Amino acid sequence: MLDTELAIIGAGPAGMAAAIEAANCGIASVLIDEQQSVGGQIYRDVERVAPLRGAMLGQDFLDGLPLAEGTHSPLITHLAGAVVWQVEKDGTITCSVKDQARQIKAQRILIATGAIERPMPLPGWTMPGVMTVGAGQILLKQSGLIPNKAVLIGSGPLLYVLASQMLKAKTPPLAIIETQTMGDLTKAMKHIGGALRGWRYLLKGTKLLSALKMGGVKRYTGASNIRLEGEGAVASVSFQCGARSHTIPCDTALLHHGVVPNVQISRALQLDHHWDAQQACFSPSLDEWGKSSEATIFIAGDGAGIGGAKAADLCGRIAALKLASELGKLDEENLQQRAAPLKSALLKENAARPFLDRAYPPFKDAQSPQDKTIVCRCEEVTAGEIRKTIALGCQGPNQLKAFLRAGMGPCQGRGCGLTISTLFAEQTGKSMQEIDYFTIRSPLKPITLGELASLKQKDVERLF
Amino acid sequence: MKTASGFNSLEDASGASQSLVPVRFDGQDYMLPEGANLAASLLTAGVSVFRNAPATGAPRGPFCMMGVCYDCLVNIDGITQQACQTSVEANMNVCKPATPADLNTEDDHA
Repeated sequence: MLDTELAIIGAGPAGMAAAIEAANCGIASVLIDEQQSVGGQIYRDVERVAPLRGAMLGQDFLDGLPLAEGTHSPLITHLAGAVVWQVEKDGTITCSVKDQARQIKAQRILIATGAIERPMPLPGWTMPGVMTVGAGQILLKQSGLIPNKAVLIGSGPLLYVLASQMLKAKTPPLAIIETQTMGDLTKAMKHIGGALRGWRYLLKGTKLLSALKMGGVKRYTGASNIRLEGEGAVASVSFQCGARSHTIPCDTALLHHGVVPNVQISRALQLDHHWDAQQACFSPSLDEWGKSSEATIFIAGDGAGIGGAKAADLCGRIAALKLASELGKLDEENLQQRAAPLKSALLKENAARPFLDRAYPPFKDAQSPQDKTIVCRCEEVTAGEIRKTIALGCQGPNQLKAFLRAGMGPCQGRGCGLTISTLFAEQTGKSMQEIDYFTIRSPLKPITLGELASLKQKDVERLF
Repeated sequence: MKTASGFNSLEDASGASQSLVPVRFDGQDYMLPEGANLAASLLTAGVSVFRNAPATGAPRGPFCMMGVCYDCLVNIDGITQQACQTSVEANMNVCKPATPADLNTEDDHA
């Protein structure tokens, strides 16, 4: 058992910034992450990759470099390749490194596990060759891979970011098939004030779009009835724009319609969550410092609500300062003084968010998929089977597990949970808050008996 | 399944220092960059089907590349693991994980 003042789960922007800020206050932390190197998904492997293809990935990626370098502090212990599979309210974290389980006992925990892609169930989305835009980004960042014949499908700035990186690498996507409509943009305009306060994002977006236009990347907007087609692997995508039908042959189809907080750990801890209607996701309920309903557990970054990398960095620092004050390393006056500029920067950072959320809403056809579309990828359960089971009187997502095994495969509901709650709300007329979400239990990731057995006897007894 | 890869590797991708090591996937031998991401390396080598889904046997391949979806599950030296969370090591023996259909076949022989 490794004892520490502060354990931080996740070494993305929030986790790295928090560890650095905590170290500045004299707090030693253990920074736990699944990857071999710090950076998270947004700054994946940034220290190795920046010199190789930093120019192509752009400044937004290179911004992660000082953070990654800052984690090489004697006060920060980076536990790499560590898969966390249990977190307890008393501060005990159990994880596996290689095949060995180990435990960390922390006085305070900061969960910084970021976001996952919003599930985008479309006809044919389980075929090889269909991936997420996030996956496309990770392949490009970490491995220098670009799909030859790719289409990007969905909505949101990330589509433009990846498309422009692909363009820079001289392998542009065949098309961007976008689901947002002019109506969405019109509705977003009432938030334009905020967007102008966050003008850097608008400018960046405008620049990306004009670069794509210059580069001849074909964009379709207001697309509907999107189907991925092929025998055993994706070979084309078909869709409609208004009255016109289109089919585009492709090898790779990358999906994205926003990201949602990864709530796996906060749910397993049974912390309070709420339905965030603006972002159409469940988020943990936190105070202004990122403190959860459990006093010793904080959450920062996209896992606390989607704000992006810069906001995650600021949230991480704000949480770290409060943690430092609670651990007796920072007095109240210093806390307020140091947090004030961070908090005002965070407000500015989040100013454009309502505009973006409204301009690029989730794709309705994917939130409420066609009956034949698979919703639970692991157990191959379709929307139609789920609807039929709800009609039989199934009481909620947890009972659905018993009927259909939906959410009981290896991904433990990460890929279907939100869709299933949405289907229940739609059919029963109840609110998302009322329907709520799967109960998440440890182990949070599949583990072997060998890993469990590698814990000391007394630790194993504690687990049950 | 080995096909032409749907992916281009950028020239600088592997870095000059990365050495190629033998890895077996479903009985075929590949030379993959040591230490690189296993899922990405297999995709580059033209492997697109990593496993078959347990209920219908439908082919699956990497989807999220960040450890969330478990669609890149492969059997590595006897243990089912996510290829996207694994680094290439010399002489790894990788195959598609068994599905219930495989187990039933064994029962039939018994």
